[in-house]
Amino acid sequence: MINLANNLLFAAEGGTEVSFPVLTSLIVIPFLGAIGVALVPKGRVEVHRLVALMASVVTGAMSVWVLLNFDRNDGGFQFRNPDPNVWIESLGIRWDLAVDGISLFLVVLTGFLFPLAIVGVKPEHSPKNYYAWIILLEAGVMGVFMTLDLFFFFVFFEVVLVPMYFLIGSWGHGNRIYAATKFFIFTMFGSALMLVGILAIVFLHEDATGIVTFDVVALAEGQNWGDTVGRWVFLSFVLAFSVKVPVFPVHTWLPDAHTEAPTAGSVILAGVMLKLGTYGFFRYGLYLFPEAATWFAPVLMILGTIGILYGAAAATMQKDLKRLVAYSSVAHLGFIVLGTFAITTESLTGSVSQMVNHGLSTGALFFLVGWMYERTKTRQISELGGIQKSAPLFAGFFTLVMLSSVGLPGLNGFVGEFLILLGAFVANPWIASVAATGVIFAAVYLLWAYQRVFHGKPRGEHTDMEELRPSELMVLMPMVVLIVFLGVYPKPMLERIEPSIEVLVAHIDENVDDWTEPTADVLIAEDSHDDEEGEEGGEGEE
Amino acid sequence: MINFVYLIPLFPLLGCVTLMLVGKKMGEPSAGYFATAASGLSFIATVVTFFGLRALDVEERQVTKTLFEWVPAGNFSANAGFLVDPLSVAMLLFITGIGTLIHLYSVGYMHGDENFSKFFLYLNMFIFAMSILVLGDNLLLTFLGWEGVGACSYFLVSFWFSEEKNAMAGKKAFITNRVGDWGFMVATFLAFASIGSIDYLTINGTAAQLSTPVLAAMVLLLFVGVMGKSAQFPLYLWLPDAMAGPTPVSALIHAATMVTSGVYLLTRVNGLVYEALLHAQWVTNIIAWVGVGTAFFAATIAIAQTDIKKVLAYSTVSQLGYMVLAVGSGVFVAAIFHMITHAFFKALLFLGSGSVIHGMDNDQDMRRYGGLRKLLPITSATFIIGWLAIAGVPPFAGFWSKDEILLSAWELGGINGKLLWFFGLITALMTGFYMSRQVFLTFYGDYRFGDPDKDEVDQAWDGYIAHAEAEKDEAITAREAAATKLEEANVAVESRNVAFAKAQMEVTQTTSEDDLAKAQKALDTASGALEKAEAGVVSAQDELTAASALVDVKDQAVSSVKSEAARRVEPEPGEQRTAGAASDFLPDAVAKRAEHHPHESGWQMATPLVILAFLSIVGGVIQLPFTSEVHFLENWLEPALTFEHKFASSAGTKVALAVVAIIAGAVGIMAAVSVYLRNQGDPAKIEKQILFDGWGYDRAVTAFMGGPGAKMFDAITWLDANIVDGMVNGTGSLVRGTGSTVRRFQNGLVRSYAMSITLGSIGLLVWFVVRIAA
Repeated sequence: MINLANNLLFAAEGGTEVSFPVLTSLIVIPFLGAIGVALVPKGRVEVHRLVALMASVVTGAMSVWVLLNFDRNDGGFQFRNPDPNVWIESLGIRWDLAVDGISLFLVVLTGFLFPLAIVGVKPEHSPKNYYAWIILLEAGVMGVFMTLDLFFFFVFFEVVLVPMYFLIGSWGHGNRIYAATKFFIFTMFGSALMLVGILAIVFLHEDATGIVTFDVVALAEGQNWGDTVGRWVFLSFVLAFSVKVPVFPVHTWLPDAHTEAPTAGSVILAGVMLKLGTYGFFRYGLYLFPEAATWFAPVLMILGTIGILYGAAAATMQKDLKRLVAYSSVAHLGFIVLGTFAITTESLTGSVSQMVNHGLSTGALFFLVGWMYERTKTRQISELGGIQKSAPLFAGFFTLVMLSSVGLPGLNGFVGEFLILLGAFVANPWIASVAATGVIFAAVYLLWAYQRVFHGKPRGEHTDMEELRPSELMVLMPMVVLIVFLGVYPKPMLERIEPSIEVLVAHIDENVDDWTEPTADVLIAEDSHDDEEGEEGGEGEE
Repeated sequence: MINFVYLIPLFPLLGCVTLMLVGKKMGEPSAGYFATAASGLSFIATVVTFFGLRALDVEERQVTKTLFEWVPAGNFSANAGFLVDPLSVAMLLFITGIGTLIHLYSVGYMHGDENFSKFFLYLNMFIFAMSILVLGDNLLLTFLGWEGVGACSYFLVSFWFSEEKNAMAGKKAFITNRVGDWGFMVATFLAFASIGSIDYLTINGTAAQLSTPVLAAMVLLLFVGVMGKSAQFPLYLWLPDAMAGPTPVSALIHAATMVTSGVYLLTRVNGLVYEALLHAQWVTNIIAWVGVGTAFFAATIAIAQTDIKKVLAYSTVSQLGYMVLAVGSGVFVAAIFHMITHAFFKALLFLGSGSVIHGMDNDQDMRRYGGLRKLLPITSATFIIGWLAIAGVPPFAGFWSKDEILLSAWELGGINGKLLWFFGLITALMTGFYMSRQVFLTFYGDYRFGDPDKDEVDQAWDGYIAHAEAEKDEAITAREAAATKLEEANVAVESRNVAFAKAQMEVTQTTSEDDLAKAQKALDTASGALEKAEAGVVSAQDELTAASALVDVKDQAVSSVKSEAARRVEPEPGEQRTAGAASDFLPDAVAKRAEHHPHESGWQMATPLVILAFLSIVGGVIQLPFTSEVHFLENWLEPALTFEHKFASSAGTKVALAVVAIIAGAVGIMAAVSVYLRNQGDPAKIEKQILFDGWGYDRAVTAFMGGPGAKMFDAITWLDANIVDGMVNGTGSLVRGTGSTVRRFQNGLVRSYAMSITLGSIGLLVWFVVRIAA
């Protein structure tokens, strides 16, 4: 029986001893879920919800299965079919999925957040379309994180825009049409040039090797384009990803989109969709264009740092609580950009873990703010006050999540930020020291907002806010457990990320002549004064 | 027995988690006793660890106990590991010991609070975080504890969060500390970048190999962190405000333990600091001067405070300055020594002030105290011991430790050392003064609680004057009424006169008999009316005269009250303030206070006071200056210190310096005796407004933050909404080349694009599914 199950489940796709196309199913199941939702007649609200939930739960469970079976010593691509389905032979487009330490946790985060987003909030109208779009979105996001084929990458990268556009446009608040359109135009405009870039490098690769392929690995290993072309194409990719992340100054779609989006939309947008951009920086920036990435690294480090400080400054003065959280994302994602382009093992590992951590803590914050809005029908900080009195548990959870976002050691947010700054310091002490002031500002805007909303005397019409409901607690608990666990014991995550980071760094090292990874021990001076101490001479030096 | 170290953080952690889950159910007082037990067990575990460490050979007394690898990435690794050595254990002894006493005290103090169990949850959490801070074997784990205690401080300062002021103070504490934490973090980066490790043993071991700039930068960055946590100038601002928290919190966190962790940190990396002392003395000079400067500065402010806790808060800032001075002088033993004695007597003083506040119906204004010695016998006796200890009176604990610090500064040598010593000495004098002032105002003199204060007396006089003026106004109104009446009477006379004249005319002109009789009759009537009217005028005249006289009387009364009010003088020092003739007009609060009777607190609060008082008396024995055998603390700490420091001064010099210090303290005390006990001087001349305001520094910072600071942030927000967004949007519409119809065009585009992508992707996937199925 067990054998049968084994064969059934893990019998045909090669890779890490797995035969069942598990990664493919991570895309197909939510996709089928979307079709399922679409097939159920309109009136049966609970069934729509159930189908979407089932699909996302199964997907989530399978992503956890991938996590558990991931070989933590292997930095390469895992679960990859050695003989991928060729899709369009003449164009070298293949259905080629894999995960490595960089994408693994993003896949798991996606699998984790979608069920919560579906359970956590119900749509105000048209549940059928709502659930169909959400679950379709999951399929697209999974696709971006797992595909190794540039063509499919582009398709998935674009596909995710549509469900999100409708989620914001149909179920959003106030100015939703404007926000949705702005979101769509920004991101689409960003990726238009990327398509040109993709085609350019595929053709250049063909010129050099005679093979047409969209295989990222082959393209990255080949590096069959000159430095100049590489830099231009890299820029086209960077533009697409920068909008998605978002990087200053193309971030302005984000506050609108986040604020107007329905709660589940905000959670997913912040939790996983922003990571499409930062993930892109890794896979299609550093990996595909190592030379250009190292060449542009200082500029992007500075842009990341500007994002940290600018996002924090803008967040401080926001009057709308949700908008404040949105701007905090700009700051947090700035850290990730900084860590990505500092290109040290520590900072890159930190960046990947920060993607996950930000997804958890900002996701949880958006849930809490969303539930507050449901109860009070306002997001204006000035109309709230003293909520801790009537809803102490709500306030307690908000505090914990807030402190995670502030980067309190012992909670998950700290680990990523610390490693990013540490690695960035080795690469460039000055930029890192400036970026580290972002830690102060994070405390300023969040604690100030907390003081105004939760402390003080109950104000306005919302003196008796309802306490956290059991159903909400169920959504929040898994997130909070992870927030604490990954802060206290991040090793299981870090040790799975790091081998792939090492492979990536080695790849960059190999392909860029005048680049070596900045490492520690660089600052011990030649003229140390240990001779004066008469103790063992200069052993700390290399 | 060293393994007992794991239990030290474990007990309070378990306590905290348990209270989180079932604290509400436990309720009062069980939750409090439960938390006290958790902290007490932690103290016992520390004692056992202490003996375990003592059982080892001196050279082996640095044991690293690793729990697990916490943050590994690339070449970086930080363990969750404990460094068990004489320094960390010495710290933990007084942290868990005093912590337990304060837990017990809080059971009494927090009686009746609606969030009773939550308070103890936070206290346990604090003990846990503090023990991690102390035990961490690397900078990062210490940083975890460091921020952890900061978070607990934030929770506890804003514990009574409904008051805007408390919430503000909690936030201020956290954010100001974060400024310091920036320095701590960057120092950690620098340690990794230069040494490749952030373990204390490695850092201290390789400090000698660091280049001078790196060394200087690392020490100074760590010192930025210290300025935040240990409340040194210019980051001390949060500490006085943090007194908004319940008093046990002030005693535990903001006096005895957390605020000393900056000094602990510098002692932990004493190898670095010592190298800086040797090769970059300007760095340690900065530390020493910030320390002594803060000590001096805060002492001047403490002199003029009227809130009993604010005096102690500034006193704490000042005493922390002493410890930092000791570190800057390279004498870590002296710093730790003072840290321990200070923990005893300052915790005692804070708890004593809490007992006073409790007894005085939550009034914190010392000007309303007085004469409490008889009413609060235990509190006053123990408080007086704390006072003698902090004022440097031998043989109380504070005398010995302060003396060592002054000696350390003196031995730095040169004009620098002498100046540091001198400022330290003046601070000692001021300490004697302000602490004596506090004791005299609180416990000596007359019981003033029912006395009105200046504002209330002013209010009474204003009321009195207003009353007199109201009476005068009444009289004036009466006079006006009389005047009107007179006028009316006059008018009446006039009209009667006319009528009379008319009647007369009638009489003379009438010829017929009949008519004449009629006219005569009318004339009689008119004459009668006239007489009556004239009588009315006379009476109205009298009335007016009387009313005018009354107005004069009332007018005089007003001016006499006014002149009396103007003539009232500040009462002589020591004299009771009264409202005199205006007594009837005092606000109701005064009468209410007068009915209040202070009471001594229960045993939960008294026991810790007695124990701490005992420790404040004998605490000095842990490090007596006589022979090296009685340098117990120094001998104990030796394995944790990279370099052994020996005082070089001759016995004669030491005695001379000690005598000078005693004299300085005595002068301060005598000055306070003459001003506040014997009333031989005017306190107002000493308690200047500018001192009360802390030299206006806090206000300036607040004004900057609220003014230009907020404006800058506002400007960025505006910029984002209008310029950045507009530019990017603008570029977008430029590319698409249309103006007014952009919106509709965009929408149309989106819809069709969305449709094609959706259809396309569905097609792709369907086709794909078919393919793999085939």
